[in-house]
Amino acid sequence: MADHGPGDLRLTEVTKSFERFTAVDDISLTIPQGSFFALLGPSGCGKTTTLRMVAGLEQPTRGSIHIGDVDVTALKPYQRNVNTVFQSYALFPHLNIIDNVAFGLRQRKDADWKRKAQEALDLVELGHTARKRPPQLSGGMQQRVALARALVNRPDVLLLDEPLGALDLKLRRQMQIELKRIQSEVGLTFIHVTHDQEEAMTMADTIAVMNAGRIEQLADPTTLYEKPASTFVANFLGQSNLLPAQVAGDPTDGLATVRTQDGDDLVVAAEHLPAGIREVWVGVRPEKLRLGGDGRNQLRGVVTDASFTGVATQYLVRLPWDKEVVVVQQNDGSGKLPVGENVTVSWEAGQEFILDQRQDADAGAEIDDE
Amino acid sequence: MTWIRRHLVIVIGLLVMAYILLPNLVVLAYSFNKPNGRLNITWQQFSLDAWLHPCNSPGICTSVGLSLKIGIIASLTATVLGTLVAFALGRHRFRGRAGTNLLIFMPMATPEVVMGSSLLTLFIALGVGTGQTTILIAHIMFCLSFVVVTVKARIASLDPRLEEAAADLYANPLQAFRRVTFPLVAPGIAAGAMLAFSLSFDDYIITNFNASPSSVTFPMYIWGAAQRGVPVQVNVIGSIMFLGAVAFVAFGQVLASRRERAGTA
Amino acid sequence: MSEALATGGPPARRARRNWVPYALLAPGLLWLIVFFAVPTLSLVSQSLQTGDVYNGYVLTWNVQTYVDALSTYWPQMVRSLVYAGLATVFTLLLGYPLAWFIAHRSGRFKNVLLVLVVAPFFTSFLIRTLAWQTILGNGGLLESTMSWLHLTWLLHGFESFLGLVNLGTGNQLLYTPFAVVSGLTYNFLPFMVLPLYANIERLDLRLVEAASDLYATPFHAFRRVIWPLSLPGVVAGTLLTFIPAAGDYINSVLLGSTQTVMIGQVIDSQFLRVLNYPLAAALSVVLMAVIIGLVMAYVRRAGTEELV
Repeated sequence: MADHGPGDLRLTEVTKSFERFTAVDDISLTIPQGSFFALLGPSGCGKTTTLRMVAGLEQPTRGSIHIGDVDVTALKPYQRNVNTVFQSYALFPHLNIIDNVAFGLRQRKDADWKRKAQEALDLVELGHTARKRPPQLSGGMQQRVALARALVNRPDVLLLDEPLGALDLKLRRQMQIELKRIQSEVGLTFIHVTHDQEEAMTMADTIAVMNAGRIEQLADPTTLYEKPASTFVANFLGQSNLLPAQVAGDPTDGLATVRTQDGDDLVVAAEHLPAGIREVWVGVRPEKLRLGGDGRNQLRGVVTDASFTGVATQYLVRLPWDKEVVVVQQNDGSGKLPVGENVTVSWEAGQEFILDQRQDADAGAEIDDE
Repeated sequence: MTWIRRHLVIVIGLLVMAYILLPNLVVLAYSFNKPNGRLNITWQQFSLDAWLHPCNSPGICTSVGLSLKIGIIASLTATVLGTLVAFALGRHRFRGRAGTNLLIFMPMATPEVVMGSSLLTLFIALGVGTGQTTILIAHIMFCLSFVVVTVKARIASLDPRLEEAAADLYANPLQAFRRVTFPLVAPGIAAGAMLAFSLSFDDYIITNFNASPSSVTFPMYIWGAAQRGVPVQVNVIGSIMFLGAVAFVAFGQVLASRRERAGTA
Repeated sequence: MSEALATGGPPARRARRNWVPYALLAPGLLWLIVFFAVPTLSLVSQSLQTGDVYNGYVLTWNVQTYVDALSTYWPQMVRSLVYAGLATVFTLLLGYPLAWFIAHRSGRFKNVLLVLVVAPFFTSFLIRTLAWQTILGNGGLLESTMSWLHLTWLLHGFESFLGLVNLGTGNQLLYTPFAVVSGLTYNFLPFMVLPLYANIERLDLRLVEAASDLYATPFHAFRRVIWPLSLPGVVAGTLLTFIPAAGDYINSVLLGSTQTVMIGQVIDSQFLRVLNYPLAAALSVVLMAVIIGLVMAYVRRAGTEELV
């Protein structure tokens, strides 16, 4: 029992079944106190249900939820020291802003509610709106009020249910930075549910990628991106080129050789090879590929499409065995290659990740950001 | 020609509006008439008599008093019962929802004459004498559905997450109801109560089936008077009701917009 | 809702959930069952009884009452349905432009106009109907205004026209079918306007632009886009107008004559004056059955199952 701190949130074998389907399927995880944790996944993956169970708004069918050593599984939402920032903010339209923020404090008979509520409003830089009503504020302001209303109670865990989903892109970026600042200032545990992989990567220390009610991978953003544990994670977080290959021979000097369908040999880091598997996907991120570079691994192909995005140019290159790979080339002034050009695609050994070929290469790829 | 086409809907709209308001204006205008005989149909001369002595026609104020009394009791009772039903429909799962909806809908889809006569057959079969109590029973019955529909619509328009947010902020179900749900549904309840009152105050047909000669409501008084000539006082009371309703709503609007402005200041 | 119950964990919570809605429903539904459902059964039973007021009634399943009732009073029954149908069509023709006007063209006067549509409710239904006597009667407001405008010939022309189409007697407006249908139209207009308004207000006017962008003339844009989308409002409005209008007799008594007697009037007098309860009950049952039948057929055709 010593593997968790006094304020850690622990989910143990939690399952939630509804009449027709299982939304959350046997999830166990520990979220350390004070961390910024993200639950990331496509809609319907069970992330919101998980959040609602932590809040107490849904009862798990099986399993238990602990905060520190306290079992909160059967506690009502109003009996838990957990607060939520709802997706639609759910500000009480009949109360003014300060009364919204003070709602929880007054509910708990905090005599100092006035000062605390005003401080929380000041923290989100909305002190001047205390007497206004929610409909008079913009979406971004309402979002900050909802945050203040939850924060002011100093919960053990603060839950954020897609809190930025309703904001436009620019405001979203701004609020992401703001949220991160506030989290480090107050030092509470934040659990952030989102389907936006960029948002999760920007903000969270640790991300759990969820799919079909299970956790696909739990790691920090860098590991998730560089070493995805499944094709779903590889495709859902950014783009991936997955090349089918076969392990050829034994590794030497920490390097191993795999052979593509065309008989091209590729050199990969031996430590990336999953043990006991010969049929693999060699995954390479588009920005790791170079056109015409002198990387250790080289493949020939023809440019079939080039789209200029300003910062970079994204090329589609068709390999001889009809596989298309995506190459993102930084705009370093070297100019754009025309469609139809014969090119060499290259990368350094060790920049790849390797997955079991029995996994679906398209898992997670067809899912859009709503 | 294009002007007419572009503004046709406005012209028709205003004409229909005039059609709706014309009788009310006639009632108001003729409340200042001093008719020669009993019939208040042709304009004779301007007079404030009826406004100064609104009760100066036998039985009129007693009937208004009875209608007010029945209207208030019936609308309050129907509002309480209807609001409870609306919350059950809007916030709970239970068996028999379809049957409940049908039972709520049917009284609104039944002509008054059928409802009035069927209640009368029940009272006859049970040997219950008609009077104020039977009128009240009937009024609560036909007002109930309208309250349910009005309040239910308001509950349906509420974001259920508001209640979850209250629970999340340490309010138990009772506190969440008192501090969040009820204040937000209250305008719908008030609207339902007002609708119920106006339906009750205005009803003639159902009342007539379930009344006795000693329990004459205002509409029954008018009906009786219509046979021999309606006194000008009836116009006065009708106009007071009309102007009162307009003033009440206008007052509410002013209050609402003032609160809005106070909020932005 | 005690704390003990609230903290009792899942089983107690389940029990509470099951119990609460029934407690909320009970008083209201009981009231409707005892004073609406039971009386309706009592009405049916009354219609099948024989006897009289003084010696009491016995349930004899006497269907003959229905035969008698219908063979005697079918003209009043048919007339009620026709008048109610005409009034419904007229309220729709008048109410639709008004609802559109309030919803989309009235600007900041929207709330004022809505109040003015509802406000007449507060002057008694009877008083407003009587006002039409003042307006339509011989020597009344309309005639004096027309003669002041030297348009009396127009009024008489209209009266003759009404005589020709069987809606009038040819020489007056009051105490004619025209007056009764006008009264019904007037009295139930707000019932048409409010649901129409609720529906039309939510219509996205850009749909009209989209339709005209796709080569629809204004007429076609209305017929193929706007009208189908306003159907729920139209259905609700026509039901709220037709049903009470078919049972109404205030208008036919105050504005009509012996030639305009509607079925409600017959039921009223059979019940309260002739004291022929079985006959009156039979007529009520028939009226209700006819209305339910028409409503169901209509709703099915209009394709809107959602009523409340």
